[in-house]
Amino acid sequence: MFNWISQVVSVTRFSILSLPQRKGSSAAALLGIAGVVAVMVGVLSIAQGVLKTMQSSAGDNNAIVLRSGADSEMMSGLGGDDVRIIAEAPGIARDDSGAVSSPELFVIINMPMQSTGTDANVPLRGVQASAMKVRESFKLIEGRMFEWGLNEVIVGKGAREQFAGLSVGSSIEVGQEKWPVVGVFEADGGLSESEIWVDAAVLQPAYRRGNSYQAVYVKLNSREAFDEFKDTLTSDPRLNVKPMRESEYYDSQSTTVYNLITGLGTIIAIIMGLGAIFGALNTMYTAVSSRTREIATLRALGFRAGPVVISVVSESLLLAFVGGLIGAGLAWLAFDGYRAATLNWASFSAITFAFDVNIKLLAQGIIFAMLIGLIGGLLPAIRAARQPIAQALREL
Amino acid sequence: MNDSHLVKVSGVDKVFKRGSEEVHVLGGLDLEIPNGDFLALMGPSGSGKSTLLNLIGGLDRPSEGKVEVGGKRIDKLSDRKLAGWRARHVGLVFQFYNLMPVLNAQKNVELPLLLTKLSKAERKKRAALALDIVGLSHRTGHYPRQLSGGEQQRTGIARAIVTDPTLLLCDEPTGDLDRKSGDEILDLLQALNKEQGKTIIMVTHDIHAAARAKRTLHLNKGQLSTEAVD
Repeated sequence: MFNWISQVVSVTRFSILSLPQRKGSSAAALLGIAGVVAVMVGVLSIAQGVLKTMQSSAGDNNAIVLRSGADSEMMSGLGGDDVRIIAEAPGIARDDSGAVSSPELFVIINMPMQSTGTDANVPLRGVQASAMKVRESFKLIEGRMFEWGLNEVIVGKGAREQFAGLSVGSSIEVGQEKWPVVGVFEADGGLSESEIWVDAAVLQPAYRRGNSYQAVYVKLNSREAFDEFKDTLTSDPRLNVKPMRESEYYDSQSTTVYNLITGLGTIIAIIMGLGAIFGALNTMYTAVSSRTREIATLRALGFRAGPVVISVVSESLLLAFVGGLIGAGLAWLAFDGYRAATLNWASFSAITFAFDVNIKLLAQGIIFAMLIGLIGGLLPAIRAARQPIAQALREL
Repeated sequence: MNDSHLVKVSGVDKVFKRGSEEVHVLGGLDLEIPNGDFLALMGPSGSGKSTLLNLIGGLDRPSEGKVEVGGKRIDKLSDRKLAGWRARHVGLVFQFYNLMPVLNAQKNVELPLLLTKLSKAERKKRAALALDIVGLSHRTGHYPRQLSGGEQQRTGIARAIVTDPTLLLCDEPTGDLDRKSGDEILDLLQALNKEQGKTIIMVTHDIHAAARAKRTLHLNKGQLSTEAVD
C-alpha cells in the first residue's frame, strides 16, 4: 500500500512539474473552466440575492394576515372591521399606542427603469405609523418622513437606485396628481427597499379603496405566540383570513423567481460545462499524447497503471481547481453586491436586490469545476494507462 | 535468478495486427542466454530484435510460446506482477535515454528506487553510487537538457543498474551517439558485464558495437542464426 501511494505521489509530481511544458493548452482549459464557473456563479448569485432580500424582509417575531385564499397582498383584501378585530388578537406585542399592528394597502404604479427606460411595476404601499414599529430595521437615510395626511411619499433605497425620478425633490404621478418624494429609507436590504411608501389614509381615497386594506403586518410577543395568534384568527367566525409567519410568506413569495433563476442558471452552467469538458478532454489528451514516451518509460521501469491514471486525473483536477478558483474569484469581484431589479412573479411587482456571491455558491462553482476536470481527465488517463508499453516507447 | 540459463525463450511466436492484416514478427523462436552473457542482437529493421528484447523484458507478451527468466515464467504473470518483476530484475537502457526532463540526473537515477521501501537517504546514497560507477558524480544536479547525449545515456545506464538487476536490456544504446560517446558507453557496458557480472542483451545495428559483446546473434524474418543474412 505504501509502495502504491508512493508511486501515485511520484508520478503525479512529474505530471504537475511538467505542466509548464504544456502551458498553452493548459491555460486554454483553465480559462475555459474559469469562464464557466464565473457565469454559473454570476447567474446563481441573482437567485441568492433575491432569496436574501426576501429573507431579510422577514422579522423573527412577525406575522402577516391576508384574506383566506390569497397568496399575495395583490390578491388579498381586508375591511376596516377585519383590521380592528385582528389587532385585538392575543400574542400581538403592545406599546403605549396599543397593538403593534400595521394594516397596509398595496398598489402598483408604473415607473421607468433607470437602466433601460422601460416601464416596471413599482409597489406603492400605504402605511400607518405602526409600519415602522413592525419593521424594526426601517431607517430614514435621506430627506424627511412624509407628513401624515399629505400627498407626500418616501422611497426605498433600492427603488431610488433602480427607477427613474425617485430622488428627493422629484415627484411621482398618481392619477392626475403629483406626489413629491421627500425622503429615502432603508430596511436592512429587505423587500421594502423596492417600494414607495405613502400615508394609507392618502392612498385609500386616491385609489377609491374606502376603508379597506390588503394585509395586516403584526409584531408578536415571541415566535411561540404565533400558534395562539393564528388559532384565534382562524377560529373567529367574523374573519375569513390566513395568518402566516413572515418568513413563510416571503419564502412562498420567492419560490417562483428563485426556482426560475436557479433552473436557468443550472441549464446555462451545464451547457457551458459540456463545452469546458471538451476543452479539458482536448487538453488532457494532448498532455497524455505529449507525455506518451514519458508515461511508457515510467511503466517500463515498474510503475503501475493505477498511479498513471491518478496522475493524469490529478493534473486535470488541479487545472480545474485553479480555473474554478479564478472563475469564482472573478464572479465575486464582478457581481457581489451589484444591484439590479427583477419581477417578483408572486406580486407582479419589481423587486430590487443585490447579487449575492456567497461562500456556498463559491464552493458550488469550484465543485462544478472539479467535476469538469474529473470527466475531462478520466478518459485520457485510461488511454494513457492502457497504451501498450512496447508500442508507446517507440513514439517520439 | 541463479539458473545457469538466465533466459529461456521457447517456441515463441509474436503476431501483430495491422488493421485486418496479421504480421508475423517472430515464429517459433528458441533462445537460451546463460548468466553473465553479453549478447548482441543484430538484424535488419523489422526483423523483430526489439520485439524479442521487449518479450524478455516483460514489456510485451508472446502470441505463442513461453518466456522464462531466472526460472520464472514471466509471460503468464498479471500486469501488476509483471510491473513488480521488471522493477526488481530488469534494467532498461533506451536509444533516446528516456530521462524525465523535469528531474535532475540524481532524481532520474533514483526513480526505480521509488518502487522499493528504501529510505530517502538510502535512495540518495544508491543513486550517487550508480552515478559514480558511470562516471557522472560531478553532474548529479544537472537536468537532462544540460547534459550531452553521452552523459544522458550514462545517466540512463545508472538508472538501469541502480536496483542492481541481473539482466540489462539495451535497445540501440549507442544509436543516438557519436562514435566517441558510443565507445564510452560500450566500455561501460563491457565493464558492467565483466566486473559486476551483469547479463546484457543489446540490440544494435552497429557491427562495431556488436563486436564488443561476447557473442552476436542475427535475427532475420523472425528466425535466429549465428550468421548475418544479407
